Amino acid sequence: MKILAIDSSAAVASVAILTDEAVLAEYSTDYKKTHSQTLLPMIDEVLRMTETDPAEIDAIAIAAGPGSFTGLRIGAATVKGLAMVWNVPIVPVSTVAGLACNLAGTDASVCPLMDARRRQVYTGIYGFEGTTIVEYMPDACMTIEETMEKVNAMGRKVIFLGDGVDVYADRLASMVTVPYSVAPIHLRKQSAASVGWLGLSYASQGKTVSAEAFVPTYLRVSQAEREREERIGKQ
Amino acid sequence: MKGTYILAIESSCDETAAAVVKNGREVLSNVISSQIALHTLYGGVVPEIASRKHIEKINPVITEALSQAGMTLDEMDAVAVTYGPGLVGSLLVGVAEAKAIAYAAHKPLIGVHHIEGHVSANYISHPDLEPPFLCLVVSGGHTHIVSVEDYGTYRIIGRTHDDAAGEAYDKIARAIGLGYPGGPKVDALARQGNPEAIAFPRAHIEDCPYDFSFSGLKSAVLNYLNIEKMKSRDAAHLQAEDLARHGVPTGGDAEGTESCQDVFSDGTTKADLAASFQAAVVDVLVTRTIAAAKAQGMNTVAIAGGVASNSALRNRMREVGEAQGMRVVYPEPILCTDNAAMIGAAAYYEFLRGNVADLTLNAVPGLKLGER
Repeated sequence: MKILAIDSSAAVASVAILTDEAVLAEYSTDYKKTHSQTLLPMIDEVLRMTETDPAEIDAIAIAAGPGSFTGLRIGAATVKGLAMVWNVPIVPVSTVAGLACNLAGTDASVCPLMDARRRQVYTGIYGFEGTTIVEYMPDACMTIEETMEKVNAMGRKVIFLGDGVDVYADRLASMVTVPYSVAPIHLRKQSAASVGWLGLSYASQGKTVSAEAFVPTYLRVSQAEREREERIGKQ
Repeated sequence: MKGTYILAIESSCDETAAAVVKNGREVLSNVISSQIALHTLYGGVVPEIASRKHIEKINPVITEALSQAGMTLDEMDAVAVTYGPGLVGSLLVGVAEAKAIAYAAHKPLIGVHHIEGHVSANYISHPDLEPPFLCLVVSGGHTHIVSVEDYGTYRIIGRTHDDAAGEAYDKIARAIGLGYPGGPKVDALARQGNPEAIAFPRAHIEDCPYDFSFSGLKSAVLNYLNIEKMKSRDAAHLQAEDLARHGVPTGGDAEGTESCQDVFSDGTTKADLAASFQAAVVDVLVTRTIAAAKAQGMNTVAIAGGVASNSALRNRMREVGEAQGMRVVYPEPILCTDNAAMIGAAAYYEFLRGNVADLTLNAVPGLKLGER
């Protein structure tokens, strides 16, 4: 199987081409240009550099969320367009699980922290049995304090990664009661190879959706909906 | 002879739309998925909700447009998309999707200015229309008098200094309990009222004879309503303080929509107020557009944009323009609302001029008219 993988859920833009045997190409940028400008030229580059005929692509794996609403939609619209024309399915992968797979094989718990603003993080807790990913806490949007309560309750060594690490670096030491470490910079951010690696196993299990049906997983309603619900709740 | 077929995509605000257009003039399909009902709950377009809806609808809308045209993507000569102006989150969905489709299908990509699309809707409704002509562009976000000198060549002659005409309609509609979207609702109510009942101001801007200002008019209407509200409150207090406190509010369940009485203290009705407000808006739009056309030596005047479907504006422009010996044109209502057919029409002339975008095309929410 050959898949194209994409992650545009945060500041990093990342694309990769994988087979079951190898990562043929991965191209990631963590730069100020918008995904709208970078993503498609990057896809074009990895396809051309690996001399991949799009007809060889069996599926497109995408970091489906949570993450930056706009970033998720640029990725979503891009893969929906590509998948429609190439007539291939889309493999949605949790952005948080994708991040955790940067550390696949570790015997510690992995807790990705994605900065969600408004003093919250998109997070989850994962681990690995061999190289198979195991979910200990489903993806959620919560405060850093709530997250650390869950991490501490696990009572085992944990590795943090994601852009939330940079935001909350000073406060981890005072909140975490279990042994912990922080992933080094080359493993800390979103990687399309990780998304693609997980996507390959999902695709082999038939966990795919059509180009038409795919939508991002936001894990958070819009501000207008939240405020409206609050107003209705008060009345 | 084989024609030029363009698949066009539009998602700049709250309509997800796709169309197939032949030679810039012939609409083979024009599919629009409207979100109006959804945004009515909030009294206006909520950008994040609009963007989420675009992602859900865009593939089915495109598939439907091709299917209604009885054509395949392979048969298209180009893919066109609105890249500005508009809501950035909404624009990005269409832009990213169109880029991916153009790339995967090996088709040229054409970025289209939303307002140039509105102007070009006239090419569809009037197959013999050719530049040069003068165009009044009026919508929720725009009020411009534009000189269309050639295909793709625009010069702005006049513009609003504050609110767009459509924006003024929305605000007044909210204030009198009609809710969103304001234009069609005020227009419908105005038809039952007397346009001369209340003398609302027509703002003139010194040294800018073709420019507009609607903030003074808007304030005058809101002031009128406030005074009436106080009068009715005093009257109610005299009757029974208790009843007034427990009284059922009239009209408007959407957020931000005010309640408003149907008849004011002097017998003037809400319909009279709507008609008088509309008369003031239409009056300045028409007189300034016709004056600009005269000054520019233009014999053809077009109207474009969402407010171009307003019946009073259409009728008055035609009446005043034709009295001056001018030809007055406007698109059929379905082409006045945001749609992709108009984007396909504008894209055709860009395509002929070789204006093709590359894979770095980005959404430009504040894109200026005539800018490339």
